Parts: sequence; C-alpha cells; structure tokens
Amino acid sequence: MIRCNDVYKSFSGKTVLAGIGFEISDGEIFGLLGPSGAGKTTLIKILTGQLAFDKGSVVVLDKEVSSLSGEDKKSIGIMMDQFGVYERLSCIDNLKVFADIYGVPHGRIKSTLEQVGLGDAGAKSASTLSKGMRVRLSLARVFMHSPKLIFLDEPTSGLDPQTMRQIHKIILEKKKEGCTIFLTTHNMEEAYKLCDRVALLNEGAIVENGSPEEICRKYNHQKTIKLHLSSGEDILIPHENGSAETISRLLSDGCIETIHSSEPTLETVFLELTGRKLEEDE
Amino acid sequence: MRNSLIIIKKQLKDTLKNKTVLIQFILFPVMTLIMENAIKIDGMPELFFTKLFSIMYVGMAPLTSVASIISEEKEKNTLRVLTMANVKPWQYLMGIGFYVWFICMIGAGVMATGLKKEEVPFYLLIMAVGFSISILAGACIGIFSRNQMTATSIVMPVMMVFAFSPMLAMFNESIEKVARFIYTQQLKRIMDDVTFAGIKADGICILVVNATLMIILFFIAFRKKGLE
Repeated sequence: MIRCNDVYKSFSGKTVLAGIGFEISDGEIFGLLGPSGAGKTTLIKILTGQLAFDKGSVVVLDKEVSSLSGEDKKSIGIMMDQFGVYERLSCIDNLKVFADIYGVPHGRIKSTLEQVGLGDAGAKSASTLSKGMRVRLSLARVFMHSPKLIFLDEPTSGLDPQTMRQIHKIILEKKKEGCTIFLTTHNMEEAYKLCDRVALLNEGAIVENGSPEEICRKYNHQKTIKLHLSSGEDILIPHENGSAETISRLLSDGCIETIHSSEPTLETVFLELTGRKLEEDE
Repeated sequence: MRNSLIIIKKQLKDTLKNKTVLIQFILFPVMTLIMENAIKIDGMPELFFTKLFSIMYVGMAPLTSVASIISEEKEKNTLRVLTMANVKPWQYLMGIGFYVWFICMIGAGVMATGLKKEEVPFYLLIMAVGFSISILAGACIGIFSRNQMTATSIVMPVMMVFAFSPMLAMFNESIEKVARFIYTQQLKRIMDDVTFAGIKADGICILVVNATLMIILFFIAFRKKGLE
C-alpha cells in the first residue's frame, strides 16, 4: 500500500528527514512514533503528496506519490493535527461539503456520524463541540467516502482517556473493514494497542521498526520477572531455570499478589535508543 | 467547476452565520437606503449618498470579505482539508471570488433602487467592474496572509485608500490629484454621470492599468505563496 525508500527532506538547509524507509501492507495499522519535531507531520505531508521531498522514492497505492490522480486521492482519507472543520456550520453541513466534493450521497452522512458516535449532534454547530467531538467529526469526514488508505496525524492528542478509548475503537473498526491506516502518535500505549507495526522516529531518522511486541522483546536486556508480594514488597527474579522453583515456593506459600513481566515499553526502548522521552516536549 | 459551485454553496451557508462578513455585505446598501430617504438638504447633488456609498462599497466589501474568508480558511486549516480533498486552488479561488462578486452585486442592486430604470444597467456594470478589481486585491491579501490578524492589518490601510480617497478627494484638491490614479476615484467620476458620456479615455486607461496591476499582483502572490 505504501513504500517509502530512502526519503530525504530539508528545510532551509536543515535536514528534517534523513533516509526514511519502510513498507506498509494492505489492512495494516502502521504507527509512526516520535516526539514533537521529530518529522512525523512532514512525513505525512510527503506521503499524501502535500509536500515534495528532496531525494528517495515514495509509492502510495502502487503509484509514485507525485503521479497520484484525483481519482486515486479519493481512495485516501487524511486527518491532520488541526481539525479543519467549518466552525459556523453544523456537523451535517460540514460533511455535506465533503460529500459533494467526493460525490458521496447525502444519505451516508447520518450513518457516518452514527459510526463515530455523533448521531445526536448532527445539527449542532461545530463551534459548540468539545475537542473530542471535533476529532470525531474530522474522523467522520475522513471515513465518509470509504477510503482504502487513511492517514491520521496524532488523532488522540490532548484527549481525555475515555474519548481516546472511543477513538481507538473507531480506528480498530476501520481496520476490521480492511482499511490501511498510517497514524502518528507520541503515545506509546496507543501505538502498542492499535498498531501492527511501528517505526520510532527521532530527529528525522527511523531508529527502530517492527511490531511493538518484537521491539519490546528485542530490547528486553534485563530478562527479569517482577513479583509483588502480599507484604507490599516488590522483588525482581532473574529469567532463568532456577527461578521457577522460587516462584513456585512463593506461590504455594501464598506470598505473591501479582506477577509481572518486566520487558521494556516502547517508551523505554525509545529512551534507550535516543536518550529522549517520547513526550518530553509535550 | 463543480467544486467551485460546492465552495459557493458552502460559503452561502457560512455567511449567514458569519456576522463580520455579513455586515460588510449589508452595511452600505442599508445605509444608502436610510440616508437617501432620511436626509434631504437643499443644494445636495442628486443621489449623493447612493453614489458616494456605492464607491465606498466597491472599495470595502469585496476587499475585506475575500481577504477575511481566505485567511480564515488558512488559519483554521480548512483550506488544506479542501485541497487534500482534491479541490484545486483555482477552483477554490474562483468559487470564493464569484460568490463575493455575486453577493456584492445583490447589494449593488439594493443600492440602485433610487436610480432611474435606464441608469440601472450602467450602474451595475460599473459596480461589477469595481467589485472584480477589489476581489483581486482582496485575494492577493488573503493569499499573502497566514492568518486573519495579518490579513486585517494589511486590509485596513488598503481599504482606507480605496474606499475613502474618492470621498476625501471631494474636499481636497491635492488628494484628488493622487486619488485620480486609483480605480475607485475613476469609478466615482463615471458614477457622477451614470451614462457612457461620463466615461473619459484617461479614466478608462487608469481603470485598465489598475485592473492589470491587480491581475499581475494576484498571479505573483499565487505563484509565490499558492494557498499554503
């Protein structure tokens, strides 16, 4: 669906993207993780043909991105970091504008609004919507014309956990429908939960990529198991043959309250690779 | 063309709820109706307020509304969303330009109610030409501005020159000497007669130069900045 090979981009002599390369298969959710200023939005703009790149090649929907036709672009849905909704228009009128542009029957507007949980807010002016509802309205605009490929630039940034969960549910439903989704985030939990594969972007370069589980396993240097005892104490047991006996003994004594694996999170992997936190700039 | 019509339709809905732009469109037509009917002074030229306000309308409404609409769409990111939905920049600009021109022509129609029937087509023609030049000027400002605040800060002085110089030229000869090179002043001169007899060759030349200049500026702005 997307093939990005050795892409470079500079602004006024400053390199923003350096040798970016990855592939995204059909029906996959691919996450691009990185702190603010890492180059995520620049990459989305390049992949969606909004921005020219200096070097490399970008193939989207099996075509060079620069040669995508108007029809091809109808197979793409894009939600950038700003909502881009008409504040004075109602939710329905906002979607009508894009339904007309994409040639989508107006009958689909209601079902799309229901799909994103805005079924009752159709007549409401966009200016009266909460941040979470605006995100959902933007998502409705993106989904309305049933695109095959969806780009979401930090779709849950600044949202409360409940709204975030709702947005995640909507994104996963779209995956089930067969959409390929490219999303950027600096939220590693979100990436872990949603993405089939992720790439960690730092200062314009991909420092690691793969499935979240693979990455976390790869950087599991400690190989320990953390036990939380009923006494309130936490102990770390090395991941080796002899440990089974210790755990078994503690279990039979009823001393163990919880057992945790202690592999790193995407956040700690990122920190290890770059010395930076994903959300340090937020 | 279809996308331009969609933009016009969207803009019509939006304007009804956009007080800032709405006031620009209805202020002078309403003021004209009120002043023409409420103020009668001996020795005052016939249709004084209609002619004066018409020129101010030409210099103000299309300029400010086009600049405001384009810069707001840039600021709120809706313009990018439109271009990502494959609306071409020229389709968008054509939609906005035609929409503002059309609404202003309705306003001009209201202002023309005091004119004799035979004067109306000529009056509307003059207004149409003036609106077109002002729309190009407004589009240049909208394209150059990143947000509404920047647009307003550029629009204000430009609007003052275009809209008020014909009025100030009536009271000061020095201002008149400078103002005659501005299209609104030439439109005012033509408007004073409301007949083809009022059109002078130098006036037409100045209008053509003004229009050409605006077209050139528009293309420079568009080539340099696009709609980003």
